[in-house]
Amino acid sequence: MILEPKDMICIACPLGCRLSIYEDNSAEGFIVSGNKCLRGIDYAVKEMTNPTRVLTTTVKISKAFFSRIPVRTNGAIPKSLIYEAMKLINCIEIQAPVRMGQVLIKNILDTGVDIIASRSMYEREMLDHIKDSTFEVKKSL
Amino acid sequence: MFDVAVIGAGITGTFIARELSKYQLRVLMIEKDNDIANGTTKANSAIVHAGYDVLQGTLKAQLNVKGNKMYEEVCRELQVPFKRIGSLVIAFNNNEIKLLEELYKRGLSNGVPDMEILSRERVLALEPNLNDDVIGALYAKTAGIVGPWELAIALAENALENGVELFLNSTVTGIKKIKDFYCVKAGNQDINTKLVINCAGIYADKINDMVSDIHFKMLPFKGEYNLFDKNAGDMVNTIIFRCPSDAGKGVVILPTVHGNLLIGPTSELVDSKDALQTTSEGLKFIQQHTKLTLKGINFGNVITSFTGLRAKTMLHDFIIEEAEDALGFINVAGIDSPGLTAAPAIAEYVLNLIKHRLGNIQKNEKFSSSRRPNINFMELSVEEKRKIIQKDPKFGRIICRCEGITEGEIIDVIHRKPGAKTLDGVKRRARPGSGRCQGGFCTPRVMEIIARELGIDITEVVKDGLDSYILTGETK
Amino acid sequence: MNNYEIVVIGGGPAGLAAAIEARKNGVKKILLIERDRELGGILQQCIHNGFGLHIFKEELTGPEYAERYIQELITMGIEYKLNTMVIEITKNRQITAINTIDGIMHIQGKAIILAMGCRERTRGAVRIPGTRPAGILTAGMAQRFVNMEGYMIGKRIIILGSGDIGLIMARRLTLEGAQVLAVAEIMPFSGGLTRNIVQCLEDYNIPLFLSHTVVDIEGQDRVKAVTIAKVDKNSIPIKGTEKRFECDTLLLSVGLIPENELSKCAGIELDKVTGGSIVNESMETSIEGIFACGNVVHVHDLVDWVTEESKRAGKSAAKYVKGESTGRYKVINIKGINGVRYVIPQLLRVKNITESINLMMRVDNIYKNIKFIVKGNGQKIKEIKRAHVAPGEIETIKITLNELTYRDYNEISVEIVKEEA
Repeated sequence: MILEPKDMICIACPLGCRLSIYEDNSAEGFIVSGNKCLRGIDYAVKEMTNPTRVLTTTVKISKAFFSRIPVRTNGAIPKSLIYEAMKLINCIEIQAPVRMGQVLIKNILDTGVDIIASRSMYEREMLDHIKDSTFEVKKSL
Repeated sequence: MFDVAVIGAGITGTFIARELSKYQLRVLMIEKDNDIANGTTKANSAIVHAGYDVLQGTLKAQLNVKGNKMYEEVCRELQVPFKRIGSLVIAFNNNEIKLLEELYKRGLSNGVPDMEILSRERVLALEPNLNDDVIGALYAKTAGIVGPWELAIALAENALENGVELFLNSTVTGIKKIKDFYCVKAGNQDINTKLVINCAGIYADKINDMVSDIHFKMLPFKGEYNLFDKNAGDMVNTIIFRCPSDAGKGVVILPTVHGNLLIGPTSELVDSKDALQTTSEGLKFIQQHTKLTLKGINFGNVITSFTGLRAKTMLHDFIIEEAEDALGFINVAGIDSPGLTAAPAIAEYVLNLIKHRLGNIQKNEKFSSSRRPNINFMELSVEEKRKIIQKDPKFGRIICRCEGITEGEIIDVIHRKPGAKTLDGVKRRARPGSGRCQGGFCTPRVMEIIARELGIDITEVVKDGLDSYILTGETK
Repeated sequence: MNNYEIVVIGGGPAGLAAAIEARKNGVKKILLIERDRELGGILQQCIHNGFGLHIFKEELTGPEYAERYIQELITMGIEYKLNTMVIEITKNRQITAINTIDGIMHIQGKAIILAMGCRERTRGAVRIPGTRPAGILTAGMAQRFVNMEGYMIGKRIIILGSGDIGLIMARRLTLEGAQVLAVAEIMPFSGGLTRNIVQCLEDYNIPLFLSHTVVDIEGQDRVKAVTIAKVDKNSIPIKGTEKRFECDTLLLSVGLIPENELSKCAGIELDKVTGGSIVNESMETSIEGIFACGNVVHVHDLVDWVTEESKRAGKSAAKYVKGESTGRYKVINIKGINGVRYVIPQLLRVKNITESINLMMRVDNIYKNIKFIVKGNGQKIKEIKRAHVAPGEIETIKITLNELTYRDYNEISVEIVKEEA
């Protein structure tokens, strides 16, 4: 089964080779051209068979000095699941204190990948010297 | 029942209202926008003209020269920046020198003091950045620069403090004469008033048509300006005019009271009273004409461009008179250049018309001519800065990095009357957002402060008009 | 007057790395001054990943990268002030700063490290014609509102500028439910990393219009429509190519400008091309004892290089306060020509090089199959082949001490030469 060739730009390194890939009945199942190294082939095949992405967004947080905390997936998830993952992430609301790296959603959509906090956020009350809008973080978690 | 309703809270309306507050009159300012000084007052050249440029014998000439003399005192009373830096009309050929002589004669006839025709050497000594082919100039010592919206806001504050009322967001949709008073329909209200003063700028014709069958037409002329970084502010020391030529009036180049450089305006008749966009043609025009005057100007230093609409009429003079078929309705229309200069004199002129109509009016014994000045933190001495931070720590938090404006100053202007309720309102009164980063750093912080001080949600904070929302909601 | 050995102005990645390195090199009295409510600088709003690939061999988000250095600073007990704005510095290293608790502070440093970062270019500076409604903002401001304050800035969005900030925000706003209708870029190539074109535009089917710019903005109170048009090779809009988009927001990602107002007020010499201070191999400015690092020197593309550069500044400042500096003598001028827009550092004192120095530079266009030629006094020192270089990506060339001292050079240049086919 030979389909139309698909064009893409490889992002494995800054060169950005313009690749062309199409299915065929070779051993790998694909033929890639335009790549200057083997990483291009891996990238192109992955993009065709199972493109994955790291997702970064924010989540509502209460009892902290700010109202949003940045979060990310601790690995790449299938590109097709991004919108569904966003829907799930948008449902949760967490409370300070949170530690950087803390797991907020385990194994999202059965991908084996977790949603983790991209930074620590302390409880508002724990911060010394809150005068007006000045504060200094003296303690670390 | 009000004694006087002033329609339009621009420089003309606020000068008149403040003048009337010196008497025992119930005065109301009716403004269609969300803030005062929102029309031509906030987008003009900010020049207080000497008065040689106006045709002899006109009301403009009379009120220009009179108004010019009044600026020092009123700006001192109200603590508004005003600098009498002088102006030059520069000439590049002998025909233009002849024009200068004509302007000089006209100036003398209009009663303009302290004018002189300068030689090339003296011009270049005064303004070394002018093009070397300048051959002479008409120098007028009495010309100056002012903060136009700062002045309007100060006048309004003083007027309100002395008993004048203000309705914002109240577009006048109809005026009916009922026996010996008028019923003005504005916003959702019916306002009864003995006299109506029409200071509605480019909408003055519309307002006039509501009561009078003697019509005039406001021709909106658009003027575009470029405002330069303070780095360019010392390129000129005076206000530089060119002689009008076949190429048109050219552009004016002048410093602002805050130390920026201002160049403009273009002049284009537009067909809409809403046509406030800058255009690439306008910007090109300014660039081309500037190069004829100045050497070494870098347009990379432009921090913003804006437009204003001037209200011109076919008559080339102010229309300041009671409507013949609508007694008690006084038009103050066609207030284009030298409107800003003439404004204090216009107010006195209108006062006389009002006295003529109302008869003897009692003075307001409680009138106070001065207003609490805006705090300018960066201009305080180190000791004064220390004291003010000790009294109120909010003066220790700098919000506008480019101009050094503190939270304390912003809170102050929010709570004045009429206070700042919008981003532009804060910018006009305390200046955050006027600097080189154009609000890039301070905007989220200013919005936070407005929301907190007015007790509203930050998503309700607007830029200027009621519909100029900035945020569309929370993220999920 | 408060006295410190080193005062660092700016608590972003540059200031943090510099302060930490200065402490590691034996300096005790260090003060770091930050104007925002927390340390971390711009990284705190850069919630996307791609940071630290070289230093940590991981792809961290901005806040994660920042937290590693913030933790280290705190653990080391280095003093810092938040919500504090420096309003003046002098060439004698006197600093005036202000906050709500200490009021006005006069601080004397033996050395100062400038790490103030950048500001964004504005609509006024690129002179886009049109009305001035609400709904026009820079990408960085949008990023702060969305990622830190938690507010959306529009529903239907046009982005001008395909630099990384614009591309990243295209994706971010789409994920938060907005419609990004198009990205317009005035150059015939994108200014951002290729990975971002793929992951931010292609993934979300957002069209990219190269060689296009915004020619009109409509709307009285709020943006109502934005019109873009194709431009010719002089960047002049071509009549008849206009495309009008009904939208409520225009995001501007039209360049970063190093924030050097404080440097100017101290009388530090600035480079007209970079917009930042002229620095030598030790990241020292034209004023003795004042150093600079990070985006305030030139706009970087990867924070990893900011950290490396800032460590150099911290180390040099430490040497300076300990009296171990090598003085201001024999200096080699370094410049970029023929396709190389600028080279950092602009000055080099050979005595301060131990093994080698990395020259960082940006090119002025996309070039394929070229050679960088490094010349000393006009004679070739070395050449480096590159298959692909772009203005959006910083290039680094290492020069060894041997190469520098082969002859007595007083000028070094770097240029681009096309490879023979």
